[in-house]
Amino acid sequence: MNPTTTEPAPAPATAPRRGRATSDDVARVSRARGRERRRSAAVTAGLAVAVTVVLLGALAVGDFRIGIPDLLARLAGQPVGAQQPRIDYVLFDLRLPRAVTGLLVGVAFGLAGSVFQRLLRNPLASPDVLGISAGAGAAAVLAIVAFGASGFAVSAGAFTGAVAASALIYALAWQRGISGYRLVLIGIGVNAALLAAVSFLMTRADMTDAQQALLWRTGSLYDSSWGEVTALSSCLLVLVPAALLLARALPTLQLGDDSARGLGLPVERSRLALLLVATGLIGVGTAAAGPVAFVAFLSGPIASRMLGGARPGVVPAALVGALVTLCSDFAAQHLFGDHQFPVGVVTGAVGAPYLLWLLAKSNRAGHGG
Amino acid sequence: MRRFLGIGGLLAAACALSLAVGTKNIPVTTVFEALTAFDPGDVDHLVVSERRVPRTLAGLLVGAALGLAGTLIQGVTRNPLADPGIFGVNAGAALFVVLGIAVFGVTSLTGYVWFGFAGAAAASAVVYAIGSLGRGGAAPLKLALTGAALTAALSSLQSAVLLTDPATHDRFRFWQVGSLAGRDPDVVGQALPFLVVGVAGALLLGKVLNGLSLGDDVARSFGQNTTTDRVWCGLAVVVLAGASTALAGPITFLGLAVPHLARTVAGPDYRRILPLSMLIGPVLLVLADVLGRVVARPGEVQAGVVTALLGAPVLVLLVRRRKLARL
Repeated sequence: MNPTTTEPAPAPATAPRRGRATSDDVARVSRARGRERRRSAAVTAGLAVAVTVVLLGALAVGDFRIGIPDLLARLAGQPVGAQQPRIDYVLFDLRLPRAVTGLLVGVAFGLAGSVFQRLLRNPLASPDVLGISAGAGAAAVLAIVAFGASGFAVSAGAFTGAVAASALIYALAWQRGISGYRLVLIGIGVNAALLAAVSFLMTRADMTDAQQALLWRTGSLYDSSWGEVTALSSCLLVLVPAALLLARALPTLQLGDDSARGLGLPVERSRLALLLVATGLIGVGTAAAGPVAFVAFLSGPIASRMLGGARPGVVPAALVGALVTLCSDFAAQHLFGDHQFPVGVVTGAVGAPYLLWLLAKSNRAGHGG
Repeated sequence: MRRFLGIGGLLAAACALSLAVGTKNIPVTTVFEALTAFDPGDVDHLVVSERRVPRTLAGLLVGAALGLAGTLIQGVTRNPLADPGIFGVNAGAALFVVLGIAVFGVTSLTGYVWFGFAGAAAASAVVYAIGSLGRGGAAPLKLALTGAALTAALSSLQSAVLLTDPATHDRFRFWQVGSLAGRDPDVVGQALPFLVVGVAGALLLGKVLNGLSLGDDVARSFGQNTTTDRVWCGLAVVVLAGASTALAGPITFLGLAVPHLARTVAGPDYRRILPLSMLIGPVLLVLADVLGRVVARPGEVQAGVVTALLGAPVLVLLVRRRKLARL
C-alpha cells in the first residue's frame, strides 16, 4: 500500500553520529511502534463498533420499524409478545438475509482488494482494475444477454468468470516466476479486452436484457435469501481465515521479491496462495451480489488513511468494506423516497467522497504519497 | 530512427486501407480518383470524401491524442496503471453526456461533443484541485488515487441516472462503446483546434517528463519546478483526452496500452517515447476501425471494441517478450 511510509526515523537530538543505535533510539522507536499499534487497535475497534451499529440500523429501520429492544430480544431468541409473527417475518425473512449478505460481501471485497493492492504494491491494482471483476462481469452479462439466464446460473457464471480470468492472467504472466509488474500490465490488458466484450454485448442486446445486465453489473442485494447466505458464509468460513493467515506474509513481500527471498520467505508460493484466496473471495462475493462497484478499490486506501502513517492491516480494510457496503445499502433503500437503488449505485457515491475528503485532509507529504 | 520509419510506414498503410476498405466495395482506382479529381455527382466519390476521409482523420487525431495523453499521465503519476481516465476525464465526459441526453434531450453527435468536453474539463479540474491540496502538493500517488476515487463517485451517479431512465441508457450504450462511425467533417472540425494545440504542447514536454521520472526530489535539485510541470502536463492531458473522448467516446485501451508499447520499443527516454506513442496510437485505432468494418459486414464492430480485443494480445505479447522498461 504505502511501502515508503514508515514512521520517520527519530532524528538524533545530539551531535550526528554513525554506527550502532543507542538505547535512547531503541526506546524512541519502540514508543513509536507502540503508538502505531495502539492507533491501529483503536481504529479496528471503532470500525467494528460502527459495523455493528449500522447492521442493527439496517435491521431496525424500514416501512415497518422494529424497536431496538424487540430486535435484540428476537435475535437472542426471546419472545416479544403480540407483534412477534410480523417482526419475525420482516426480520428473519427479509432484512437479516439482506444485511448479512451485505456484511459478508463487503468483508470479502474489502479483504480481497487490500490483499491485491498490497501484494502488487499499487493502490490502483484492485481486482476491479486487473480484470478479475471484469471476468465475472463478462461471463454474467454473456449468460444474461446471450442465454437469457437469471438467478443461480448468473451467479455460477460470474464465479467461473472470475476464476477463469485470474487463471488466464496468472498463466500469461508466468515466466519462470511472476513479477508483480508484469502481472499488473497483463491484468490491465485482460481487463480492457473483457470490458470491450461487455460493451459490445450491451450494444447487441435488446433493451430489457441490457437493463438487467446493467443492474447486475452495478451490484445489488435484492435477491438475498438464506440459501445464498449459507453458501456465501460457508465459503467465507474457509477463505477469510486463510486470507488472514496468508496476509501475515504481506509486510515481507512488500519489501520486494529479492529482500523477501533473502528473509527466507517462499515468495512464489506465498504470492500464488494469496492470489488464489483473493480471487476466491472476489468470486463468491460477485456471485452473491454482483461486482458491487468500487468496494474492493476503496476499502484499502480508506483504511490506510484512517490509520495515519501506520501500516494498514487487512482487517481494517475488510471492516471498511463491510461498513461501506452496509451504509450504501441503507442509503440506497431509505434516502431516495419511494425509489430504491441497487447498492452498487451508492457505494461509489458514499465511499469515494470520503476517500477524497481523507486525501484532501492529509496535508503531510508522507501521508499523501 | 528505423523504428520510427517502420511505424510511420505502418501508419501510412493503415490510412490507405482505411480509405480503400469499407462496407461498400469501391475499386482502388475510384478511391484514388475521388481524392485527386473529385466529382460531386459520383456516389462512390461522395462515400470516400464524406464518410471515409473524415473517419480516417478522426482515427488519426483520436489515436495520436490518446497515445500522447496516456504517456503524459503515466509519466506524471509514475504509475503503469494510469490512463487519461485517471484524471476523471472519461467519467466526467460520460456523466455530462448522460445528463445531456437525459435532461437536455441532446441526440446528435455535435451536441455530445460539447457536453463531453465540458464534463472532462470539470472533472479533471476537481481532481487536480483535490489532489494538489496540502503541503505535499500534487504527489503522484495522491493524484492517481484522487482521480480513481472521483471516477468511482461520478460513475455511481451515472449508473443511477441510467438505471432509472432506460431510454437514455439505450442511446448512451452506443456512445459508450467508443466508435469512429458517423463522425462527419463538422464534428471533426469542432475538435480539431483543441487536438492540434494539445498535440503540439505534449510533444514539447518530453524533457519535463524525463525530469519527473527521476522522482520529485531529484527533479527539483535540477532546478525543475515540479508543480508547474505537473500543471502543464495535466492541461495537455485534459485537452487531448477531453477532445478525443468528445469526438469518439471513451476509447480507454489506447491511453493505457500505447505508452507501454512505445516504452518497450523506445526505451526510457520520453523525448522518444512521446513521438512514438503519437504514431502507435493511430496505427492501432485506424487498423482496428478498418477491421471492425470488415469482420461483421454489413454491420460494424465499433472501433473501441476492436482496439481492446486486438490491442490486448499485442500488449500481452510485448510484455512477455521484452525486458520491461519500468516507470
